This record gives sequence, structure tokens and C-alpha cells, in this order.
Amino acid sequence: MTEQISPEAAATHWARTRRLMWTCLILWAIFSFIIHFFVSALNTVTFIGFPLGFYMAGQGSLIVFVVLIFWYATRQNGIDEEFGLAED
Amino acid sequence: MATQQDAFIANLGRIYGVYVGGFVGFVILMAILEYFGVPFRYILWGYLGLTIAIYAFIGIIARTAMVSEYYVAGRKVPAVYNGMATGADWMSGASFVGMAGTLYVLGYDGLAFVLGWTGGYVLVAVLLAPFLRKFGAYTIPDFLGTRFGGNLPRLLGIIVLFACSFTYVTAQVYASGIIASQFLGIDFNYAVFAGLIGILFCSMLGGMRAVTWTQVAQYIVLIIAYLVPAIWMSYAVTGVPVPQLMYGVVLDDITTMEQAIIAAGDTSLKPHVQPFTNYSPRDFFFLIFCLMVGTASLPHILMRFFTTPTVREARKSVGWSLFFIFLLYFTAPAYAAFAKYNVMSLFVQGESALLAFEAIPDWMYRWGSIEGHSLVVICGEKALSLEAVRAACDAKGFAEGVPFSELNLNKDMIVLSTPEIAGMPWFVVGLVGAGGFAAALSTADGLLLAIANALSHDIYYRMIDPMADSKRRLFVAKVILLVVAICAALLARTKPSDILSMVAWAFSLAGAGLFAPLVLGVWDAKANRAGAVAGIIAGFGLTLFYLIGNVYGFDFTKGTGDEISWWGVASISAGIFGIPAAFVVMFVVSRLTPEPSREMQDMIIRLRVPRGAQIMEQTH
Repeated sequence: MTEQISPEAAATHWARTRRLMWTCLILWAIFSFIIHFFVSALNTVTFIGFPLGFYMAGQGSLIVFVVLIFWYATRQNGIDEEFGLAED
Repeated sequence: MATQQDAFIANLGRIYGVYVGGFVGFVILMAILEYFGVPFRYILWGYLGLTIAIYAFIGIIARTAMVSEYYVAGRKVPAVYNGMATGADWMSGASFVGMAGTLYVLGYDGLAFVLGWTGGYVLVAVLLAPFLRKFGAYTIPDFLGTRFGGNLPRLLGIIVLFACSFTYVTAQVYASGIIASQFLGIDFNYAVFAGLIGILFCSMLGGMRAVTWTQVAQYIVLIIAYLVPAIWMSYAVTGVPVPQLMYGVVLDDITTMEQAIIAAGDTSLKPHVQPFTNYSPRDFFFLIFCLMVGTASLPHILMRFFTTPTVREARKSVGWSLFFIFLLYFTAPAYAAFAKYNVMSLFVQGESALLAFEAIPDWMYRWGSIEGHSLVVICGEKALSLEAVRAACDAKGFAEGVPFSELNLNKDMIVLSTPEIAGMPWFVVGLVGAGGFAAALSTADGLLLAIANALSHDIYYRMIDPMADSKRRLFVAKVILLVVAICAALLARTKPSDILSMVAWAFSLAGAGLFAPLVLGVWDAKANRAGAVAGIIAGFGLTLFYLIGNVYGFDFTKGTGDEISWWGVASISAGIFGIPAAFVVMFVVSRLTPEPSREMQDMIIRLRVPRGAQIMEQTH
């Protein structure tokens, strides 16, 4: 394509993209690591028949990861469209 | 030619719908044949023969003479199908065969693998995949070479890729050989070549295009094969065919049985649900971190996201990939729990919580006496026969029977043996074998392409002969693929235990060598060639140094006492040193040396927005 992207639009678009990236990484860190620090405490709670700490590592965090990626894809796509920078 | 392909893409749903129906029909046919008394050996041959024929058929009809089809499947693979292909690409023979077994043995601590091998996809989606797609390279070293300029980053990329992929592909060929030899009842030395032929048919004629459509077919086989026995056990034990929800109840039963076993005096038992009985919390979290970053850096995974039509599809495709991987990984803990429940039930019949010698089930001897492996070990000896077990346990002071903690099942036998242990018919046993075979072949295909493409595209085309026409490039690509595959098979044939255990190194090596240059290449416009080169050398070098030093020491011999250990970090987590080192070194060196040219920085701005043509317009 030949049309130029204005530097201002690109800069704002990138700032928004970066913010979404950090949001995702924080959620990723919480469900990859932080929540599992408390596994013993969580295990005292029973969730649909599971000790909650075990459940989070075996299933809960995985569901969060899948949902997080689809949420990210939708949000990032929204940002691209807002700035007219999505694909045609 | 083009219209024929478009028709294929447009009809994907119908084609694979028919395929699933046909495969399910075949499973039912096998069940019927078994019912009418066809010997089990023929049923097992049927499964392996049919699936190899399907893969070879897809590989042959998807052959190609176009460079972009060969390297990136023409960038036409829809997100959902790329997700399935990535799932098959990712889940190796070891994941299929060994994951549930690892969880059986390690309990909660094994979940580090479940978390580590899924969470990395968040990093892929957010930090890398869309940008790599927009960039438009054919290989990961191609990205490094173009983004940072010059052949040195490209060459370092190839070295890291080779270090993490070659041992891995050898292990896949080995796994396919083991499965083929067990199920076909033929010698391992020949079975390795059965696996090799399956792999070559898929990848050699059609490159990425053929591998993509074969991997989709392989994913379908492997996921059906994994779910059927789990659903079967769940229904048998709890009456509800949803293992992933019902194993909570089973975990509770396991805990009750464990308490009975401990109360009877077997205090060395490690409770299944209790955390940190095998790993310290630090090791557990280091392992998760290294596996996640490694996942996000493995070239054979990242290159799958080069094949989607758009950047938008690339993002969605990562979500689908993880969804399809999740289907297997959230079943594995259930599989492990049901298997453990079945085995443990044998022990809690009486007060003593011992398994009486006469009550030892036949499968323990059958699996225990397989030559060349120690799959079932009772009281420290291979379980060969009643007399052998009794003698071994007598010597350890267990005259009455076997205590639970003296029964050691190899992690690699749990999935393959469970259908038999739980009394499932042969048509399920054969299905599981076909699933494990599909998992090993599909991962081998992806790895083989990653290695061969780096050699043919990056070394031959980019460095040696940039004037080569497309016919010559494809010829070279296919010859290199063949040579790499044969090398891997010949190496696998020697059953190299050291090479096979090095597969665990791949994650730390890939993470330390590639993650920083890929991420900073996109997210830091000031990252330059000197930074990338220094970062790769520092990260990869440090990790390799620790791996060799920790496992072998610098006389390159195990157990001679000169092994190093930094704060007791396990070798599998060696990336914990190299990954941060690569980031710090790359960042600092990039700041101390001249920043990239104006054109390069403009290119990075274009890389960050989906709109517009991809950065690298490939010449053919």
C-alpha cells in the first residue's frame, strides 16, 4: 500500500497496544504464578468436588489462558479498527 | 491449480467432517471385527496401516512446486485449522504418552508441566505471533537476519534452532519407532524406519502445505484417542462420562485410600493432591517459567503462525491453538487420577494395605517383562514373575505382600497400558496406539521442516546462492529435509539415552537464545544488531554452559563430581539464568551502540500495525 500512516495515529495506536499488552501480561503472571503461591490455602476450599488449589493448576488457569487470548484478540482488533489501522 | 486450491479451502469443513465420520466409522468397524473374533494383532495393524495411509495420501495430494506453498502453506490456513495443526505440532509423542504418567507419579507437582506448556501461548499471542505474521518471513532466522541485518544474527538463530530442535526430532522418531514396534510386534530397528517413512511422506513433497493438512488429520486422531479411554474410565468409575469434571470426586477417594495406606504403616507415600512433595516451591515456579518462555520461543511452533491469511487471523489462531491443546492437557490430570484410582484400589482391600502376591494382576508381569525397559518395578526389581516379585520383596522384608510405595510404574506406560489395565477391548488399545503414533509423527514433521527450512532458506538461499531459481530452491529444500530425517532416524536407532534426555533442554535453550531477540525485535525499536548478537550469545551461552556443567561437568562425563550447581537450580530450569541475561545484555548493548537506521525504525513502525503489505515481500 502507498498511503502513509500519520506518525501521531501510529504513536497513539502503539501506546494503546502497549497498555493492552501489559494488562495481558499481568493477568498471565497472576494465573501462571501468583495464584499458585497460595495453593495450600486454596486447597481447604472445595470447588465442584475439587480442592481449589489443585483445580486452579489443573484446569482453572488453563481456562483463563484460553479466554484471555480470545479476549486479547478481540480487544486488539478493536484498537486497530478505531485507528483505521486494521487490515482491509 | 489456484481455483482447485480455493475450492479445497472453501470446503474444509466438509472434507474434515467426512474424515472424522470416516475415522469414527473405522473405529466402529474395528469393534465389530473384534466382536467377531478377528485376532487383536490384525486390529492393531489395521489402525497403524490405515492412519499411515491417510497421512501419506494427504502428503501426496498436497505436494507443491511453489516456494511460498512449500514454506508457509501459501498463507491461506484459516485460524481454526491452524489451531488444530499447531495442537498436533505441539503435542509430542512424549506429551501424549508421558503427560498423564508424569501426573500419576508426581501428583500436584506434575501440574507444572500442564501450566508451563499452556501458559506460554499467552506470550505467543500478545508479544509475537501477530507481528511475526506481519513481518512475512519464511523462518525464524529469516526474521532475525532481516530485522537486525546481516548474516551473523541469522547464523546465531540457526544455531539456537538446531540446538533445540534436533534432539527433539530424534526423540519423536524414537517414540514413533517404540510405538510401531510395540503395536506391530516388529523389531525396533525396522520400526524406526516405519516411522520415518510416515514422516517423510507428509513433509517432503509438500512442505508446510502438506504438513499443515496432515497435522489437522493427526490432531483429530490423537484427540479422539486420548479422550475415549478417559471417558470410558470416568463412566466405569463414576457413571458420568465427563472425566474432566468427575475426577474431583476420584481425587477425594484417592486421598481416603492414601490415608488408609499411610495408617497401615506405609509412610513413604506422597499424597497425590498435596503440593511440593517432589519439587520445592522454587523449583516448581522456575520450571513453569522456563517451560512457558521456551514454548513461546520454539521455532516449529512460531512458524505455524506464518501460515494464516491475515494478522487478525494469526491472533485468533493462537487462541484456537491453545483451545485444542487445552482439550488434551485438561484431560491428562483426570486420566492420571483414574489410573491411580484403579491401581490403588488393588491395595486397600484389607487392613494391611498390602497387595497379596497371588493377587498381583497379570498386566504387571506382561508390561514388566518387556525386554529393554523397566516399566513395572516391584520392590526394586523388574516384575518378571510371581517368584521374582516374592523374592525381591522378601529381601526387603515384605513377606506378606507388596506395599503401594514399592510399586513403581514407568510414566511412559500409563497411557499406553491403561486401556488394557482397565479391561477395555483391543479396538480401544489400537486407537490409543494410533493416537500416540499421530502425536509423534506430527511433531516430528513440524520440527523437521523447521530445521530443514532454516538450512535451505537461510543458509543455502540467503547466504550461499541468492540467485537460485525456485525450482532449484525447492530441490535443495527437499534434499536437505531427507538428509536431516535420515540422520535423526539413524541416531534414534542407536537408542541414545543421553540425546533423549536432552529433549528437556530444548525449552531452556530456545527461551534463552530466541525469546529476547524476538520480543525486543518487535517491542524495542532501538534494539540493534550488536545488541541482538550479544544477547543471543549471552543467553544461549550461559544456559548451555549451565546445562553441560550441571549434568556432565566439564570432563563431559556424568557423576564424576565436577558438576556445577548454582543455588541448586535443576538443569531443566537452566533458562532461569539465560533468559533474563539475554534481555539485559541485549538492551544494554543496543543502548551503547549506534541505533538502527531510519529505514529500519520506520519498518518497525509499519510492523506494529496490521494495515498495509507485509514487510518482506518474498520474491517468488
